[in-house]
Amino acid sequence: MAKNDLIGGALWENYSDKVSERMNNPKYMGEITEEEAAAKGAKLIVADFGADSCGDAVRLYWMVDPRTDIILDSKYKSFGCGTAIASSDVTAELCIGKTVDEAVKITNIDVEKALRDTPDTPAVPPQKMHCSVMAYDVIKKAASLYKEVDMSVFEDEEIVCECARVSLSTIKEVIKLNDLKTVEEITQYTKAGAFCKSCIKPGGHEERKFYLEDILRDTRVEMERERLNATGGNKTFADMTLIQKHKEVDKTITESILPILNADGGSVEVVDMKDVDGFTDVFISYKGACAGCAASRTGTYEAIADTLRNKVDESIRVHIL
Amino acid sequence: MERVYLDNNATTLVDPLVKEAMEPFFTKMYGNPNSLHSFGTEVRPYMGLALDRLYAGINADDEDDIIINSCASEGNNTVIKSFYFDSVLNHKKVQMITSSIEHPAVSETYEFLEKLGVDVKWLPVNADGIVDPDELRKAIDPDKTSLVSIIWANNETGLINPVKEYGEICRENGVKLHLDAVQAIGKIPVDMQEVMADYITFSAHKFHGPKGVGGLYIRRGSTITPLMHGGEQMAGIRAGTVNTPYMVGMGLALELAGKNLDFENTEVRKLRDKLEDAILDIEDVEVIGDRNIRTPNTILASFRGIEGEAFLWDLNQNGIAASTGSACSSESLESNPTFVAMDIGADLAHTGMRFSLSRYTTEDEIDYTIDVIRKSVKRLRDISSTNSKEYI
Repeated sequence: MAKNDLIGGALWENYSDKVSERMNNPKYMGEITEEEAAAKGAKLIVADFGADSCGDAVRLYWMVDPRTDIILDSKYKSFGCGTAIASSDVTAELCIGKTVDEAVKITNIDVEKALRDTPDTPAVPPQKMHCSVMAYDVIKKAASLYKEVDMSVFEDEEIVCECARVSLSTIKEVIKLNDLKTVEEITQYTKAGAFCKSCIKPGGHEERKFYLEDILRDTRVEMERERLNATGGNKTFADMTLIQKHKEVDKTITESILPILNADGGSVEVVDMKDVDGFTDVFISYKGACAGCAASRTGTYEAIADTLRNKVDESIRVHIL
Repeated sequence: MERVYLDNNATTLVDPLVKEAMEPFFTKMYGNPNSLHSFGTEVRPYMGLALDRLYAGINADDEDDIIINSCASEGNNTVIKSFYFDSVLNHKKVQMITSSIEHPAVSETYEFLEKLGVDVKWLPVNADGIVDPDELRKAIDPDKTSLVSIIWANNETGLINPVKEYGEICRENGVKLHLDAVQAIGKIPVDMQEVMADYITFSAHKFHGPKGVGGLYIRRGSTITPLMHGGEQMAGIRAGTVNTPYMVGMGLALELAGKNLDFENTEVRKLRDKLEDAILDIEDVEVIGDRNIRTPNTILASFRGIEGEAFLWDLNQNGIAASTGSACSSESLESNPTFVAMDIGADLAHTGMRFSLSRYTTEDEIDYTIDVIRKSVKRLRDISSTNSKEYI
């Protein structure tokens, strides 16, 4: 929170002058006809992306020279807000003069950067970053139409946050390397989720395949599993969970203590265990002949406690119930 | 044309007479009305006058209460949470009913109560955008329902709900009725002898009063467990030193709004209808809701192929202030719940534009606005992909 959050609102104050200028006077708005393309011996590509019902729809026109793959001209039509129109305008401009392969490398971040007034000030407020994503998608669509391939060909990795173009593998890696525990931390480290926020959890601006909340939870589980597997048998008693400690204690009782007690018709069982101030308290209960035996509170007790301390861990304290 | 303000459902300009009436209470009669000395006591007759004006403005009985608070959002929170507090104090699980076209001050309060375990029923709207009294009748469980909260006139559409019928239904079932009257007061008659609501809420700044002051009407026999504790002000129902200048301002603002009700219903309506007719003259435009059951100042229109924020931008470039419920214009990018509830298609959620007039709107302003709308619709439809020819 800060003063600006308290005042709130005002999207438009955060638009760059270039965004305003492109919105007021778009340069590349319009259509390219088959005739115009044919006149230059070029191929016309018309790519649609989005839908009116989503609030964003863009149609990108390319006039491509089939001999060189160079985009000779580009125009667009856009149903969308001011930033969507400005982004489409810059997208068309950035495509002109590039080959189709080069154009495919244009990302929404390039489009946003081209709209900045100064290199370090974002052209649009965070939640509007989303509008430029359409630009990236429609280029892929146009390229796929030109090359007659599926759009997925151009997707080399799974993108979780489209606004910041952060991939699934990056997010998982950052969580693991930095031991991240919250979605806010993921956003701080990667910028994923900082913009339209759709990728944080279901129910946002648009539906996503992956959500940061799920990725975080699953990755944390994965990390825990890896940790358990990695330490495995070499794990120190102190690092074990209570269940693992219980297993160790039970194992020693079964192997080293029960055979002796059983020989005298007695038995013992662990009733409860607690970790207290660096000690592990083991509560035991005698069964059979041991239950009434006088030595159960002296010799037998000492033997059990010593065995557990020696064979399992020094931190064990045994209590009789 | 310098600037045209057509966003009066958001807030209004303060009537200069109201501003003038408030003036003395800042630097001359600034005493705390709870003080015993003359600085305090001299303010009290003016508070009395303000209350007289407020009571007259909504035709409240002298035995009823109008609590002066900060705004209708506070009033709505106070009423709804009061019923929750009572249910906790009485260890009784209750059910509460509201509609799906409420202002967030009501809907988000109920969503919060749901998290606390309250059973909340959300009434739908019919094809006309109205909460059907039969739906309310069906939803009420006389044994369980404690409170019904419904918006009197919707802020987005201006559509007026049949509140008189709600009052009768709630009476029959012994259930309390709370109406959010923010958009009704000053635009249509609000008469508490006609409408048997137990609680209504309003904000002064929607009827040419100042921001930050509002009223909560409580009918005699209905109670409130306070939201704000800590003082004896407002009969112990709302702690906090009374904002006397604003209370005085709200009193006069409501009186003036009452005097202008006829003007609102004739002259403002005439200008609204002129703008609406001109909008309907444009191709592929839809206006939401029958104008006869709308507040006389409001138009919600959908312009096919034009995204709301882009349109708002163009209007603003031309000095015109309106409002869009478009998801793209909001901080959260979320669709306006009223549009979702009305089920008028996802398109409206992106192409809706609301124009709301006031008694200060002039015919010149409307003519200018009509001209700008026509030009802007043409420009944006030229850019829009919606109306391009089919390719694939």
